[in-house]
Amino acid sequence: MKEILVFVEATDGKLTKATHELVTHAGGIGSVTALICATSESANELAQQITQGKVTNIHLITSNDFADYSVPAYAEAVAQEMNKRKPIAILFTSSILGKEIAARLAIITHSGIITDASGVDPELNITQSIFGGSETVISQISTESAIITLRPNSITPDLTRAIPSISSESFRASDENKLAKVVASEPVAKANRPELSGARIVVSGGRGTDGNFTPLEEIADLLGGAVGASRAATDAGWYPHSFQVGQTGKTVSPDLYIALGISGAIQHRAGMQTSKTIVAVNNDPEASIFEIADFGIVGDLFSVLEQVKKELTP
Amino acid sequence: MRIAICIKQVPDTWAVKKLVDGVLDRANVEPVINSIDEYAIEEGLLIAEKHGGHGPGTPNLVTLVSMGPTSAEAMLRKALAFGADEAILISDEKLAGSDAPSTAKVLAALIREGNFDLVICGTESTDARMSVIPAMLAAQIGWAQLTFANYISVNLESKTIEIRRITNESIDHISASFPAVISVVEKINEPRYPSFKEIMAAKKKTIAIRNLTDLGLDEVSVGSLGSWSQVKSSLPSPPRQAGVLMNDEGSVGKVLVDFLKEKQII
Ligand SMILES: Cc1cc2nc3c(=O)[nH]c(=O)nc-3n(C[C@H](O)[C@H](O)[C@H](O)COP(=O)(O)OP(=O)(O)OC[C@H]3O[C@@H](n4cnc5c(N)ncnc54)[C@H](O)[C@@H]3O)c2cc1C
Ligand SMILES: Nc1ncnc2c1ncn2[C@@H]1O[C@H](COP(=O)(O)O)[C@@H](O)[C@H]1O
Repeated sequence: MKEILVFVEATDGKLTKATHELVTHAGGIGSVTALICATSESANELAQQITQGKVTNIHLITSNDFADYSVPAYAEAVAQEMNKRKPIAILFTSSILGKEIAARLAIITHSGIITDASGVDPELNITQSIFGGSETVISQISTESAIITLRPNSITPDLTRAIPSISSESFRASDENKLAKVVASEPVAKANRPELSGARIVVSGGRGTDGNFTPLEEIADLLGGAVGASRAATDAGWYPHSFQVGQTGKTVSPDLYIALGISGAIQHRAGMQTSKTIVAVNNDPEASIFEIADFGIVGDLFSVLEQVKKELTP
Repeated sequence: MRIAICIKQVPDTWAVKKLVDGVLDRANVEPVINSIDEYAIEEGLLIAEKHGGHGPGTPNLVTLVSMGPTSAEAMLRKALAFGADEAILISDEKLAGSDAPSTAKVLAALIREGNFDLVICGTESTDARMSVIPAMLAAQIGWAQLTFANYISVNLESKTIEIRRITNESIDHISASFPAVISVVEKINEPRYPSFKEIMAAKKKTIAIRNLTDLGLDEVSVGSLGSWSQVKSSLPSPPRQAGVLMNDEGSVGKVLVDFLKEKQII
């Protein structure tokens, strides 16, 4: 079987759920090698966490340069591995880090790249949903190796036990990839909620919240979901811009998207209409969000949230 | 300091977008500037203004750069009203069907010959939504990559630049020497409104049109012939169907929770 690489991503020392999904996608295509680029200490810890999915090999590339030089250093290390192994494809998460490494890799290794895919079949037909979900495109890559970034929540993770072999090597970035240095880094202050783009459930508020996001946050926490916002809400300063969903914000594709006091403008839909189930609450029966909602409620969002809260609290 | 700002023409987001033979059908949609690129222009102007101004008689020159169809000239003309000094449009029939690496190669060829110190891009185009061009450009020309900036500070004496990079995971302070490729996130600044005077002045500014031969590129390495990925098919996704719609009469919360339980979402 042909080899396929998976680029492993972690947050706060934990393997991401999206990485597990990548392994699942890859397992249906070829013999999977998971690449872990990190300091040797964290690389070993992450390797321990790859316990599920069809992983044949885990390869650790250890270096301090990843923290200091970020994207160009990662891309150089991965390119070396691609040139050695000539895999049929390498999969990344569609995160900022994943996409930027993939981008440089395409240039360095002269490989075709498709970003934000929702699926790949064994013949490497790559599916993307574009223009905010209004068009489904199937593409192929004509170079020896394909570089593909996949959106989170696009596959049900494979739970079979992994029994991979482990190999490792150390790496040092060359000077041409050390032009920009990370002089300081601080983690983004995170609420105790899942990250928006990968969350299974998203509870979003718009202008209709009038700035009161507390009841939304309560429901999000009861459901283990993330909080999102429309541009009207972020522009008003009610919620940080990094939580904006839509064309100029995040694209989300959760199992459940709850839109509260959001009218359903095309730029908002562009970021959420591939969600599996959409629930909308709006006091205007004509609101266009209802055109795409599986479950629409005409009413006051605060009253509905109150009722839902009662139902969910034992 | 010479600053290039990469701006892209995109279809108006209000219009319905369609693919014809795997290529965006641009005939029926009104083209506009990619909205995040307005922040890139503003940032370029702010940097130049802070360090002695720009244009004739100043140490700086701000150039808008775009690769696109000939109709992008109108978009560039409009964008010049924000205040940049000149514009360059790379347009060639052979560029139709370019993939992202091909676009990056073409932009890189122009940047290389231009003696630029800084290139400023947006982080994402609203049609492609790839967020890859700035990183590809940096790799292709071998310059420092300073992307996803929400704050930029330039030191002209030491010819260094520091940005604050913002991602989902962390806020990183990254520094580099000139030359560098930068990309800016939305909300890094507040783009200005063009004044009447600037709109009139923009009419007289130069927009140079360049093609592949001028740039020393051959048609097999870029455009549809040089693309490494191909669209096999494209179909409109089946439109989402509206489901149930109910009025809140005081008990709809329970109906909703039951609905979600039945679908095994919660
Ligand atoms: C280039 C460009 C990019 C854009 N990018 C984005 C983007 O990324 N994301 C985005 O969201 N928007 C984006 N927009 C803005 C978009 O066009 C809309 O203006 C925005 O989505 C509207 O937000 P909203 O639905 O919260 O507000 P509104 O359209 O004002 O809707 C508020 C809704 O709340 C309802 N409501 C009011 N009170 C209540 C209540 N008590 N209970 C229930 N319902 C109530 C109202 O009936 C109304 O339907 C963009 C626009 C442009 C031009
Ligand atoms: N054809 C183009 N011409 C000029 N700049 C471009 C072009 N395509 C992309 N860019 C720049 O690259 C950024 C990211 O675009 P993308 O990688 O397509 O999402 C945009 O915000 C622009 O600054």
